[in-house]
Amino acid sequence: MELINGYPASMRESIALVERTRPARLGRTFPAMSLDERKALLLAHHPDYQAHAKRPLRFGPSKGMLLNHELADLFEARPLVRPDLDVSTIDADVDLLVIGGGGAGTVAAIWAVQSGLDPARVLIATKLRHGDSNSTMAQGGIQAADRPEDSPVQHFLDVMGGGHFTNRPDLVRALVSDAPLIIQWHERLGVMYDKDSQGRFVENPGGGTSRNRMHSARDYTGLEIMRVLRDEARNLGIRVIEFSPAIELLCDDWGHVAGAVLLNLETRRYHIVRAAATVLTTGGLGRVHIQRFPTTNHYGATGDGLVLAYRVGAELVDLDAVQYHPTGAAFPAQMAGLLITEKVRGLGAQPLNRLGEQFVFPLEPRDVEAAAFIRECGERGLGIPTPHGICGVWLDAPMVDLLHGPGTIRAALPAMYRMYMRFGIDMTRDPILVFPTLHYQNGGVAADEHGATRVPGLFVAGEVMGGIHGKNRLMGNSLLDFNVFGRRAGIAAAHYARTHRPGRLSLAHVAEYERMLREAGIETTRTAPRILPDYRGKEALERYLDVPV
Amino acid sequence: MSEPATLVTMELMGKEYRVPSGLTILAAMEYAGYKLVRGVGCRGGFCGACPTLYRREGSHRIFTALACQTLVEDGMCLVQIPFVPAPTKPYDLHSITPQSTTLLRFFPEIAGCVACNTCTRSCPQGLPVMDYIQAALRGDIERVAMLSFDCIACGICSSRCPADIKHYAVGLLARRLYGKYLVPPSADLALRVGEIEAGRYDAELRELMELPLADLRARYEQRTFEPAADQNGEYSATRRYNSPMDPVDYQDELEGV
Ligand SMILES: Cc1cc2nc3c(=O)[nH]c(=O)nc-3n(C[C@H](O)[C@H](O)[C@H](O)COP(=O)(O)OP(=O)(O)OC[C@H]3O[C@@H](n4cnc5c(N)ncnc54)[C@H](O)[C@@H]3O)c2cc1C
Ligand code: SF4
Ligand code: SF4
Ligand code: FES
Repeated sequence: MELINGYPASMRESIALVERTRPARLGRTFPAMSLDERKALLLAHHPDYQAHAKRPLRFGPSKGMLLNHELADLFEARPLVRPDLDVSTIDADVDLLVIGGGGAGTVAAIWAVQSGLDPARVLIATKLRHGDSNSTMAQGGIQAADRPEDSPVQHFLDVMGGGHFTNRPDLVRALVSDAPLIIQWHERLGVMYDKDSQGRFVENPGGGTSRNRMHSARDYTGLEIMRVLRDEARNLGIRVIEFSPAIELLCDDWGHVAGAVLLNLETRRYHIVRAAATVLTTGGLGRVHIQRFPTTNHYGATGDGLVLAYRVGAELVDLDAVQYHPTGAAFPAQMAGLLITEKVRGLGAQPLNRLGEQFVFPLEPRDVEAAAFIRECGERGLGIPTPHGICGVWLDAPMVDLLHGPGTIRAALPAMYRMYMRFGIDMTRDPILVFPTLHYQNGGVAADEHGATRVPGLFVAGEVMGGIHGKNRLMGNSLLDFNVFGRRAGIAAAHYARTHRPGRLSLAHVAEYERMLREAGIETTRTAPRILPDYRGKEALERYLDVPV
Repeated sequence: MSEPATLVTMELMGKEYRVPSGLTILAAMEYAGYKLVRGVGCRGGFCGACPTLYRREGSHRIFTALACQTLVEDGMCLVQIPFVPAPTKPYDLHSITPQSTTLLRFFPEIAGCVACNTCTRSCPQGLPVMDYIQAALRGDIERVAMLSFDCIACGICSSRCPADIKHYAVGLLARRLYGKYLVPPSADLALRVGEIEAGRYDAELRELMELPLADLRARYEQRTFEPAADQNGEYSATRRYNSPMDPVDYQDELEGV
């Protein structure tokens, strides 16, 4: 395939149209939709609203909830351990077990120690390396209403509207009122947010926000927050065990959560951790590839925590809605699905169709924006086809430098710029092609404003927790959410751990879950949690022999 | 891919495989049948889990790359390095006073830098690594923070350094010191935190929480919008990014990728 500065000739023709319309578009933005218009668009074009894609959950406390098939498959699957697994030998006996070493988990562990737990009795168990997580990948920013023009009340309205008013208001109140406290905590930890010489934050708008309140650290916001948190946890002496996912929770005689079974991914040896309190922070589910969408998520985002929590009797909320980010990379093929941060639109880049025309307000809430892209490529047939068979719309990146001055892209979006340059595309000169990609799970395990689930001893925080964002999360509220609820869950779990002693460990809930599967008439060889996705090549697998060696 | 891919021949961990061109190294390993556990994380160039060493046919050099960000080439011969150990002595950031000798005190080995530039040449992020180590040696914390900011801690530089320097740990401490001590705290933020702690928004938030859905929707629809930051506005990206402590000032050193 012949490429001209990264693009084939067929796509260059459309780029020429984009360039032609650019001067006229500079001062003119497509108008935003009304609530009714948004609704109609969502119903017709958003993947979440396509009825055939889902089925009801057939058993358990959230029976009846409509789930995408890929997600329902996770629940309708056999546990990885048998109920009679020997759990009598305890490998680690701790006050607090944190499952998942991403953002929420690390924050929870730090705050549990700040609330008085001995760091040597706090254990983070994680699937890959400490910090290999969605948190590290977040680019755009984190919201907090800290400017005089803004207020937590305004933030509250934005969050509720963004979630189509399905959010749980008490959780939203916690989110918006803790936000400035979190940013101040980060300031003190030395997180290098973008600031001016007076120490004022650079704050940008994001999709669905009515004020500029997105704090960022170039476009490595999540990386910067995560590496500082990890460093703080390490310096506090918190124990971390890597490459050891939890494959099942443990309960005690009263059915209270009391630790987990971990699996050493390299030796396949299992470890029993007994804990007075357990915080589940396993993040999202992008790697389950709902409706076969590509994803922005990291390799370990397989929704494990949802299954683990459901097996001990926790409730689910809003899991029927998953989030597709409107701007996943659609070209080149090697980048397919990777996130193009919303900040590119926040800085003024407009989405355009094949003819170089605007067709949607650039900063609608994510689900609305994504549905508009799908409509443009599908029903309207105005998308830009790529040689590898998928279609996308343009994001007119060069506008950023035109609006804010030359050098803005390289300074404010270095990760984006670098990623495209690696594949021969200069986004300061050419538009980039995007299409929706699976991004965020929106709902999750139900919990109160301290992260406590209805199962004693089990706390949740971060992406695995549901209810905060309702059916749709706005950009910058999940970096915020893992900090706010990670902190709250860490404090609440520390308190719980001081006042509760776990009893004898048991896997009775596994037997109970198997019984529910049987009674619901579900016969399957599928297992869950999934742990890691499988991307091995077809040719290689055709001759795969599963023999002991 | 709708176009038939041509195959390239490459050596993965010492064994020869034929894989489609146009794949990243990571995807090529999977295509060949590896189910990766180590050496993979974000799959998008953000986490540094996939450092790779390789040689090319006809070159004596060792090249370095991120497996998720680099396309396979015919004749490539590669190995993944799962991680580069860099244990550091614990420190309490909150009790350090940043001085020109601070970085040297915590990382005395930086004095052994022989200025060979191997770290810079091997950094998959294209960072001026040697320059930030030299800046650390001079005690210029701000410069280290700026030049090392895009570091994803892949550890490749440290694996290649003859002086055994833990570059990314040096950068991390510098950035934390800079963020905490050398940038002024935000006055607006402090004010807002004070207001929240004094309960200034409690009543209004409670009122919103109790509003019937229709009224809440109306409030939402009627909310005013702040104009997006533009070149004349107070929060202009350009103005901020050209502030004295801003990355753009170091642009010339952040050479192209
Ligand atoms: C590309 C990308 C960009 C984003 N950009 C933004 C943004 O700009 N602003 C914003 O607010 N949000 C953003 N988000 C969303 C946000 O980053 C995440 O929602 C948030 O970081 C989730 O934090 P978490 O701690 O809950 O999960 P994670 O940070 O993903 O951590 C979960 C951890 O649990 C581990 N784990 C999983 N299963 C198990 C198991 N069974 N046992 C043990 N450990 C396990 C994982 O390996 C991982 O380390 C973005 C997300 C992505 C993917
Ligand atoms: S590789 Fe080590 S010795 Fe060489 S320039 Fe870099 S820091 Fe100095
Ligand atoms: S500075 Fe070193 S650790 Fe950081 S990205 Fe570059 S090579 Fe990797
Ligand atoms: S897998 Fe994260 S940088 Fe390659």
